[in-house]
Amino acid sequence: MTRSRLNFIVLPALVVLVSVVALLLAAGTNPWEPIRLIIQGSLGWPPFESGSANKVGDTFMVWVPIALASAGLIVTFNAGMWNIGIEGQIIMGAIAAALVAREVSAPRPLLVLLTIVAGAAGGLLWGLLVGILRTAGGVNEIFGGLGLDFVALSLTTYLVIGPWKRPGVASTSGTEIFPADSFLPSVGGTRLSPLAVGITLLAIAGVWLLFRGTMYGLKLKAVGRNRPSSFLMGIPTDRYLLGAFVICGALAGIAGTAQATGFHQKLIPTISGNYGFLAILVVLLARFRPFWVIPISFFFAMIAVGSSSLSLRLNVDPSLGGVLQGVLVLSTIFGLGWAALRAARESPVDDGEVG
Amino acid sequence: MSGFINALVDMFDTATIASIVAGASALLFATMGETISEKAGVINLSVDGSMMLAALAGFVVALQTGSVWLGFPAAAAVGMAAALVVAFGSIRLSLNQVAVGFVLFALCTELSRFLGDSYVGRPGEAVPAWDIPGLSSIPFFGRVLFQHNLIVYLAYVTVVATYLFMYRTRRGLELQGVGERPEAAHARGIAVNRLRYLYTALGGALIGIGGAAFTLDLKLGWSDRPTRNLGWIVLAIVIFGGWHPLRAAFGVLLFGALQAFALNLVPEFPNLAQVLPSIPFPAMILVLVIVNWKALLRWLDRYPFLRAILRSDPPGAIGSRFEVS
Amino acid sequence: MGLELRDIHKRFGPVHANDGISITVETGTLHGLLGENGAGKSTLMKVLSGFHSADSGEIVLDGQTISLASPADAIAAGIGMLHQDPLVFLPFSVIDNFVLASPGSRRLDRRRAAHELAEMCDRYGFRLEPDTPVRLLTVGERQQLEILRLLWLGARVLILDEPTTGISADQRIKLFETLRALAAEGMSVIFVSHKLEEIADLCERVTVMTRGRVVGEADMPVPPQQLVKMMFGQAVEIRDRDHVQLGVPRLALDSVRNASGLLSEEPLSLEVKTGEVIGLAGMEGSGQDVFLRICAGMRAPREGTVTVDGRDLTGRHYRDFLAAKVKYLPAGRLEEGLIDGLTITEHFILTGDRGGFFIDWEAARRLAKDQIDRYSIKGTEASTAGSLSGGNQQRLLLAMLPANLAALLMEHPTRGLDIESADWVWEQLLARRADGTSIVFASADLDELLRYSDRILVFFSGRVIGELEAADTDVEEIGLLIGGRRPGREEAPA
Repeated sequence: MTRSRLNFIVLPALVVLVSVVALLLAAGTNPWEPIRLIIQGSLGWPPFESGSANKVGDTFMVWVPIALASAGLIVTFNAGMWNIGIEGQIIMGAIAAALVAREVSAPRPLLVLLTIVAGAAGGLLWGLLVGILRTAGGVNEIFGGLGLDFVALSLTTYLVIGPWKRPGVASTSGTEIFPADSFLPSVGGTRLSPLAVGITLLAIAGVWLLFRGTMYGLKLKAVGRNRPSSFLMGIPTDRYLLGAFVICGALAGIAGTAQATGFHQKLIPTISGNYGFLAILVVLLARFRPFWVIPISFFFAMIAVGSSSLSLRLNVDPSLGGVLQGVLVLSTIFGLGWAALRAARESPVDDGEVG
Repeated sequence: MSGFINALVDMFDTATIASIVAGASALLFATMGETISEKAGVINLSVDGSMMLAALAGFVVALQTGSVWLGFPAAAAVGMAAALVVAFGSIRLSLNQVAVGFVLFALCTELSRFLGDSYVGRPGEAVPAWDIPGLSSIPFFGRVLFQHNLIVYLAYVTVVATYLFMYRTRRGLELQGVGERPEAAHARGIAVNRLRYLYTALGGALIGIGGAAFTLDLKLGWSDRPTRNLGWIVLAIVIFGGWHPLRAAFGVLLFGALQAFALNLVPEFPNLAQVLPSIPFPAMILVLVIVNWKALLRWLDRYPFLRAILRSDPPGAIGSRFEVS
Repeated sequence: MGLELRDIHKRFGPVHANDGISITVETGTLHGLLGENGAGKSTLMKVLSGFHSADSGEIVLDGQTISLASPADAIAAGIGMLHQDPLVFLPFSVIDNFVLASPGSRRLDRRRAAHELAEMCDRYGFRLEPDTPVRLLTVGERQQLEILRLLWLGARVLILDEPTTGISADQRIKLFETLRALAAEGMSVIFVSHKLEEIADLCERVTVMTRGRVVGEADMPVPPQQLVKMMFGQAVEIRDRDHVQLGVPRLALDSVRNASGLLSEEPLSLEVKTGEVIGLAGMEGSGQDVFLRICAGMRAPREGTVTVDGRDLTGRHYRDFLAAKVKYLPAGRLEEGLIDGLTITEHFILTGDRGGFFIDWEAARRLAKDQIDRYSIKGTEASTAGSLSGGNQQRLLLAMLPANLAALLMEHPTRGLDIESADWVWEQLLARRADGTSIVFASADLDELLRYSDRILVFFSGRVIGELEAADTDVEEIGLLIGGRRPGREEAPA
């Protein structure tokens, strides 16, 4: 047992190391250099040196949406659903937040609160739609979600170059910067918003608590693992599936808010930053455990922020970070599958104990 | 309103139709590949990524060797390798096909960006045009069907061949049997999992060729994620096509027509220039959503003829595992 | 000369499905294989047709040991099997099913194959249109198709697993005629069935199996009573009935009829009183499961009413039945009962739900520990449901039942359990009965039915053909009824 557990930690790590080094050597670079650059680009070198506040702030603000989306996905995964529609839910959250930021004028704290609530509502509705398509329409959540992703993407593009375009120029580079009152409050001239970080940590703790200590979470888990048995126990299964999409959609919507009024401070077509899909990888790697989401999504955020300097300094494409993430997740799930196969082979029969 | 009508009228222009016919090649290859794979019971969800990586492989090999024709086998090999990863993960390791497919999609996409970075904007090889002698001089049809290139012709040959193979040969019938009811196929002495490996690999190869058709013919050269979202459309069209090669091919052409229509609309609605080209993607998937709507299906059940046209059921054992005991 | 199976063993996990089976089938005979559900007949035949590979043992055909690594080997050796649920491809046409995986040229010559199919149809008097989708065929026609296909592939040994389930009387007569003709041509036919009169009607020799072993062989004809004895053992001793005073009706069905299929022919009425135990006998799929689902509120009857403790719950949601203290435990413990991946503690939390928001883990764990001790479940409060053995899963399910149920509906309460566990399960159930719960259970074990029921309903092809007082009946009578034969009558109702 311990040996197989070791296998699936050591094996993937080795695979990642070997494949990344091989890739870099093939590209003609010193393998250590990109790693240093990623750290330097995201946290500074040495990490957290005095001039690195901006970088650290950015890294945290990338961590926020990835971690929020991951927290939401843990809920839908536990309910047995593949919420590929998470990208669309982030986008709709951002759009709703942008709408409030642009159109509503209110005292700052109230306005910020409103953008967050609006973002959560936008994502929630979009998630609920996927859930309704699934429970009432029988449309597989993967395709319903994907379709709604495309719709949301078209909608932002339309808004950015259409009704919300900058005066005179219609450009995909984004809308005008929102009124400063709507920005998520940040510290020390960086984009780091303690409020956003706080909400994220709270969300992760909330999801942990949901599955650790509440009836609702336990029932969600039951529905995700075995719908007929749950039904026979008297759990209204459809309502719980919808609930999972609502929770995930709301968290994704807040992630969208953080992107719109926190990081970019305007609406851009690629507002989701692909963080929804990235969060799926995070959750697979974290094996659905909430607290593991914190370091893994931070690692992923470091890669996302830090790898942008790769092309300038090393002429290596920033997508190296994405490759690293992909290899890591793929080799982890294959390692787990291999370990399970080995375990099944070593004891092919149940312990044989009867009665 | 008149804008719509103008755009619609423009659709019946010979050049537009010819461009729809030619532009379908990449999607046709990939759709046939995914159809074969799913018909055997394995969902290869990695298409969007593996098609992209194969597109890069095809482009690079053609560039390095100077031969466009060597690009295609290279792309096929890459597509096949990705498909085999999905097959191995699901058949041998009992992993969730969706999980493996999705992660592989992400990995292949990033890998194509990483490896392709230095090729962005470099002029590459192109499939030479080749009019079919004789046929190409037929009025209208010659222009529409026979003034393209070998890859375009091959795409349509692949569609017909896939159809003939599935429905007119013994091996094709076995392929369908394996995806429909593996126990029954096993009872007849068919090696179910071996065939699943085989057809997933074959499907992957076609997906790869589809990628190469994009970079070596449709939109020459390499850019950041050139085939983005095409793979998801492939997955949708396979369902839309009811796992039938000819209907899926019709779906591809419909998608192409929608794209052409959207482009035609651009001059009429210039301020939507950025949005219109992306409309066919949600439109296609929404059609799929509607076609899958359970209430609609129940209604259709009362009209078997209509149902047969609008919808067919997935292979009985799609996405499931089969183990001999 | 003929076919010989020598000392065949086959295990599935902890279940020893075939425990050293040896059978000889003479060439050109109709050989019956008789036994109740779960006796291991189908497993044995799947081994013989290469569908499963045996753990050990030898198969000798016409004096030569043959190795059956896959169905392909069996087909090559001339062994063909018609599975109980014919393994056909439903969306495909008749002709595609006919040729699928047959040897021949690459190209599929459907016309030639259709011609050959038509010839075979003529020869055996079947009517099959080559272009019809198989899903439109009746089960009987699907069988005919499979038989023709196997003959066309050159089968010399033909295995039929419960072929008369779900086919019409005419089709059965036709099938028997065909099988006799085939045996006369020199074919060896192995006919697997649980129906006594069919074996008596058709077979020249019979082998009886129980619990993975051969328990008797005989040349036909033998009196059915003797076969019943072989199948179910000697007449069981009836327990001393505890005298439980039957009270008021708790669960009542009045003139209930299902919309179509099973239980749709005639209305059914039944009253189950406080402390009464009703046993449902019959082969699987004869209507007991539909009956139980109607009682549990999982399926609304088309006609009639379902009343619980005097309250009409007809057409109400399953959860209303649950609230009225009607609880249903289906046969699939891990499919429709427990949730694999959740721990024992979590199961107790779910079933003990009193609407609170937070879980009191300490209390839940204490409760789980108590229940584990009380119900002697081998596992800890952190064991997942899937890691428990079948017996312990059943113990957990019983431990999860709420107190003071109005009615407890169960399928196969002791299936797959050893004797000790089975006795224990019944101890629990009888204790609940003493507390006033009505119990309705379906079982394939006649011993169990006779020992614990007050009344027994016997189901046969979707209807109740007998309602017996357990005290006044015996294994023989029930056995005959299950086989569709009313004692003292010649032919079963169609």
